[in-house]
Amino acid sequence: MNISLLSQLAWRNLWRNHRRTFIMLSAITIGVWAMIFMTALMRGMVDQMVENGLNTFTGHIQIHHENYLDDPAINNSLPYPGPELIAELNNSPAWTTRVRVPAVVNSERESRGVMLMGIESEKEKALSFLADSIVEGRYLKAEKEKGVLIGKKLAEKLETELGKRIVIMSQDPDNNIVDVGVRIVGIYQAELRATEEQFIFLDQGYTQKILGIKNQISEIETREENFRDLAARKTVIESKLEQNQKIQDWRHLNKLLAATLGMMDGFVLIWMLVVFIALSFGLVNTLIMAVFERTREFGLMLSLGMKPRLILSQVLFESLFLLVLGLTLGTGLAWLAIKPMESGIDISVVAEGMAKMGVGATLYPSLETRDILTANLIVILLGVSASFLPAFKASRLKPIEAMNVN
Amino acid sequence: MPISLRLAWRNLWRHKRRTWLTTGAMVFSNVLLVFLITWQYAMYGMMVDNSLRMLTGHFQIQHPAYFDKPRIENSFQLSKSTLEALENQDGIDVLVRRSEAFVLASSRERSYGIQIIGVEANKEASISSLPGLLKDGRYLQANEEQIEIVLGSRLAKNLKIKLGDELTLFGSAKDGSTAAAIATLVGTLETGVQEVDRNLAFIHLEDFDAIFAMEGEIHRVVALTPSVDSVDTLLTKIPELGEDVVVRDWNKLLPELKQSIQSDMASSWFMYSVLIILVAFSVLNTQLMSVLERTKEYGIMMALGLNTLRLASLVLLEALLMALLGLLLGIGLGLIVVAILGQTGVSFPGMEEMAAEFNIPSRMYLEIDLRSAMAGPLLVFSASILAAIYPVLRLRRLRIVQAMRAP
Repeated sequence: MNISLLSQLAWRNLWRNHRRTFIMLSAITIGVWAMIFMTALMRGMVDQMVENGLNTFTGHIQIHHENYLDDPAINNSLPYPGPELIAELNNSPAWTTRVRVPAVVNSERESRGVMLMGIESEKEKALSFLADSIVEGRYLKAEKEKGVLIGKKLAEKLETELGKRIVIMSQDPDNNIVDVGVRIVGIYQAELRATEEQFIFLDQGYTQKILGIKNQISEIETREENFRDLAARKTVIESKLEQNQKIQDWRHLNKLLAATLGMMDGFVLIWMLVVFIALSFGLVNTLIMAVFERTREFGLMLSLGMKPRLILSQVLFESLFLLVLGLTLGTGLAWLAIKPMESGIDISVVAEGMAKMGVGATLYPSLETRDILTANLIVILLGVSASFLPAFKASRLKPIEAMNVN
Repeated sequence: MPISLRLAWRNLWRHKRRTWLTTGAMVFSNVLLVFLITWQYAMYGMMVDNSLRMLTGHFQIQHPAYFDKPRIENSFQLSKSTLEALENQDGIDVLVRRSEAFVLASSRERSYGIQIIGVEANKEASISSLPGLLKDGRYLQANEEQIEIVLGSRLAKNLKIKLGDELTLFGSAKDGSTAAAIATLVGTLETGVQEVDRNLAFIHLEDFDAIFAMEGEIHRVVALTPSVDSVDTLLTKIPELGEDVVVRDWNKLLPELKQSIQSDMASSWFMYSVLIILVAFSVLNTQLMSVLERTKEYGIMMALGLNTLRLASLVLLEALLMALLGLLLGIGLGLIVVAILGQTGVSFPGMEEMAAEFNIPSRMYLEIDLRSAMAGPLLVFSASILAAIYPVLRLRRLRIVQAMRAP
């Protein structure tokens, strides 16, 4: 008997009890929909966490003075990269340098502790969210810039505004307090409130002049092609560094982010397996019933000379059709559910809680092909294996006994 | 045993495998739900508890404007008698006063802008976990001649000062004048929470009062109650304290805490509902099959005088028995799983980093909590019964003569 006849038989058998098939089909559809939908939401959340995290002055790879991470003070600076290092850094899609030291800002009314960033305004554009996030005023000019950029929340806390002056206090390498009055030329808005309160930005050259550190910087940051695989790139750059300089990737700089990303893949797989197991009880049950009510029929077929192997395949085909139908519907529905949401779901109700995780007030689900494939593979492979038992039972029926069942 | 119960029970076991598979779906989901919900609520409880025990307390009394603008002049005064009356009120364990200001702290080598908190040293330990997290030295002690200060360990390290070293504090006082003082480091705290370790410093409230010219005014009264759940009812019983103060509970003080729980809860319950719906479908299918395949039998029973109502209750009873079986087995096995995990503890890769962020231990020892253990299985139970309604409704379409002729 050929495959097409076999599958035709299986297909028709499926619809002999259409009500049962529909119920099982709905269950598979809902299960698959939930697998893919939920995964897309979670992926979207984690993607956003990673993106926000890396955009917030972490990048992919950073180079510091070996003591800087322990003690982020001005004394632990490194010289601006020399020609050899620059040549190597130019192999990265983007890189920049920053002065990054603790400081205190005073407005007329309030004071706050902040992180003072001396940035190369042009290069910075490719590495962080800053340039695209100015909500009032302007971004730092490339040359002769003496203004400061501050966050919206910080401006509120300091009770100051665009165009007003603030005083920045920090330390020079000899531990003398230096202070300078600067005008606010721009206000930026970040996804996270904490970022807005933490960072203020000055032109790098101007910062170095104020702090009395000619050509010294706190960090070099690069962005690479693929943020997941940085080992090779790290080794290459490392060979160009001096003794007391240390190179680290984002996994080291932001351990929570790295842990979350790692947990995600495990979580997706477990979630899919759990849904599948819950489904499989119903699937096996449906097949057992389908086999049971056709005992006579199978007996008849066997006694007419049909090979047990073909009976087995017939039942497996039935299960396969059911699974494929459910998968198509489930995947399609998930796609339909997620497509309109790709422009973002408003989750501002829980925004502050999500902010703690590094996620903004809008969630962008991310439908990934590999997740769809995983869900489909799990359901097909495990589903057919689960159907093996009832199918095997059907093929091992004794013709005479089976025909006498009423 | 009434006849219908016996009938229902026997009907269930006419198809042993089918019944076990359907029950199996329930048991699987129930065990999973018991474990997950117990874990989830244990984690929330710990998150809330540990976060509130850090500094916030269960509720605070503040100047009305202080929450939005934590400026030094937004302070208030409560008379001693008011405070004592409050502290003796039922349901309040302990009250402490605090004041806060932003200062520039300079050691010989370094300067940092920090948050300095004036505390009642002898009472602080009964409300906050921080005094217990000493890394070096000791906590503030009363009646000393010099101004004592305790710093976050990271801050002390960044300032490059050791126990016994002096630190200059520089800020502005309540009246707008310059506030300056020299304090001696007596201890450092290590919490694992970056904001605390890098940013905070504690001095005696009396010293704070003198340095910042507070004239007896303070910024917060922090209160601890026996449990988070009792805060709401307690707040309704607090007498009017005057126009220049407000009472804020922990939800208002730390909105992100409740919200991160809510967002986690929303995604968890989405997943739980999917599980429950899948089980319901499984039950629906089983019940529908068992009704359809017995059409002939039902026809005969009705011909013998059984009315539709009895028949319906029989089918519902079958569903009920099966759901009950799933419920009991599920809760039983679920509790065993929780009990075992209570001994060994649960941890997963990445939990350590999560733990530091959300103030929870990196290995959780679950405790059996019947309320959270019951929630999931009860929902599965109700969903299973609901699923049996459609098959029951189909009974109404039964026509005796045709039914008896069914194959």
